[in-house]
Amino acid sequence: MRTIGILLQKEFRQIFRNRGMLPILFGMPFIQLMILAFAVTYEVRDTRVSLVDDDRSYVARLLVDRMEASGYFVVASRPASLALAAEDLHYARSRMILHVPRHFERDLRTGGTGRIQITLNAEDGAAAGVIQAYAMQVIASVNREIQADFVPVALPDFHGGLDVPAGSGTVAPAAGIRLVPRHWYNPALDYQTFMVPGILVLLVTMIGTFLSSMNVVREKEIGTIEQLNVTPIRKHEFLVAKLLPFWLIALVELAFGLVLAKVVFSVPMLGSLVLLFALAGVYLLVMLALGLWISTITETQQQAMFVAWFVMVIFIMMSGLFTPIDSMPDWAQALTRLNPVAYFIEIMRRVLLKGAGLADVRFHALALAAFATVLLTLAVRQYHKTTA
Amino acid sequence: MSGAREPVIAARDLTRRFGTFTAVDAISFDVAPGEILGFLGANGAGKTTAIRMLTGLLAPTSGTARVAGFDVYTQTEAIKRSIGYMSQRFSLYEDLTARENIRFYGGIYGLTNAAIREETAELAEKLDLGRALDQPIRSLPLGWRQKLAFSVAVLHRPAIVFLDEPTGGVDPVTRRQFWDLMYEEAASGVTVFVTTHYMDEAEYCDRVSIMVDGRIDALGTPGELKARFSADSIDEVFVRLARGRGVAAEASKRAGAPA
Repeated sequence: MRTIGILLQKEFRQIFRNRGMLPILFGMPFIQLMILAFAVTYEVRDTRVSLVDDDRSYVARLLVDRMEASGYFVVASRPASLALAAEDLHYARSRMILHVPRHFERDLRTGGTGRIQITLNAEDGAAAGVIQAYAMQVIASVNREIQADFVPVALPDFHGGLDVPAGSGTVAPAAGIRLVPRHWYNPALDYQTFMVPGILVLLVTMIGTFLSSMNVVREKEIGTIEQLNVTPIRKHEFLVAKLLPFWLIALVELAFGLVLAKVVFSVPMLGSLVLLFALAGVYLLVMLALGLWISTITETQQQAMFVAWFVMVIFIMMSGLFTPIDSMPDWAQALTRLNPVAYFIEIMRRVLLKGAGLADVRFHALALAAFATVLLTLAVRQYHKTTA
Repeated sequence: MSGAREPVIAARDLTRRFGTFTAVDAISFDVAPGEILGFLGANGAGKTTAIRMLTGLLAPTSGTARVAGFDVYTQTEAIKRSIGYMSQRFSLYEDLTARENIRFYGGIYGLTNAAIREETAELAEKLDLGRALDQPIRSLPLGWRQKLAFSVAVLHRPAIVFLDEPTGGVDPVTRRQFWDLMYEEAASGVTVFVTTHYMDEAEYCDRVSIMVDGRIDALGTPGELKARFSADSIDEVFVRLARGRGVAAEASKRAGAPA
């Protein structure tokens, strides 16, 4: 036990003597949260629209007004023709063309069907999908508004032979069925509420994997590892002393990050924080073991950094933080079952936002425990005081 | 380890192969307690591999060796408690102070806090560290660091201390001081096993072994070796052995240089 104490004293001295370290430890979570939580968003606001209004009618104006009022659209240009509008789209002056053809309102009043066309730049397919959905929402609400106007007028004019009821057509939902979406667990659809827990996971992951892998490799690079290997230090003493500091630091980071999340982003914390920290402790074992394993297969900090980065990018991209796992192809979804980051992000979201208890996340907890066991065994076996 | 003349290192046909390459080829030798053994050889002759086997860092391929009475195959942890080691590469932590390094290495060898404090004060006085005691190692001159590294390697009073090119890059005056430290330890009974490239240093050793291509080609006191090869210096002995084994380039370069 005394040896571990001596080793830990040395590790903490080295960590906190490193001048770059404190800013990293406390600046990084702050910057990550502030930048990512605000900047990374699935939301698409202020889409620039090229409006080609060949109708210049009351309904056309109403539609444009409502689109702008939604906050999702701004009319950036009013080109005289569709060809000019296409040019705007091509040179990225706008992202969407809204074309209201001649006689739109007249068709709506007489035939009941008015047609408008939206054309989207779909280079970014996901964003285009979102914009389209927003546009449909606005159009649907305009539809309801004009139904109130037109239908009472149209119905008395109803001639027995006419088969097109007012308000139907491409853009009008069938009257009578109304969809009322309700968003549970994040009722205001507050994007930050969803993102912040995930970003906190990134934070502890970086500390766990990068710092631990760099640390052991650094001793290899300087040559002090050989000195340690000829001392009577036992393998488990060395490993505990190498991993424990980063385990503690990462948990402190998590606490610091959670305080920021609460104070700055008002992220709800419905579940038990004790449970959250207990599971974070298990998760960190996984990531520290990964870092340790990386440091046993590499010789320089550069190599370790490269391998750690490679693994991290895959883990993070496939973690469900930026892309929902449900929308990945089946084989990719299967792969995410091997991704500890995905499990812990899920745990964070469930515990914080839904108030999940251990029973609700038991599968995730077991998966993390299994990863920790496998990776720790692998890393400990790989680390030798002697070379074969 | 009871008898005074019982060898503290006893190697018999110790061999290490890496694939088809034989780095150390059946070397046999004894080292007596308190002896200073100079372990010479050209670069790549197998010195470091031999040291790594004797310190328990590398498992031998065949042969036997006992270090401080312990077997190099099965008792490596016991060996590690009985030896000190100073590697080619720098072994102190540069971002820690001299005092912290002493505390760290003293602590992992099980010295009590009181003993560590005592040793620290003693070393500070002996090496005339003064305020340098509380400065990071990286700010100390190389000679000082090496003397400190040696003192830290023998802090726990090991039976044997292995030094792998301890004086590389150190100025002649500091090298003399370094050897004084080694004599002091040897006088107190510590066996010193040292590799070096400086042939003048070989003359200071009790006995010298010269490795060529993985074998020990000569082993004896500096006087014996010079007599046997009718040479004026160990440098000459070294060059003849190296040339005999066909390390011509190395040898002619050395022969051209003033002894």
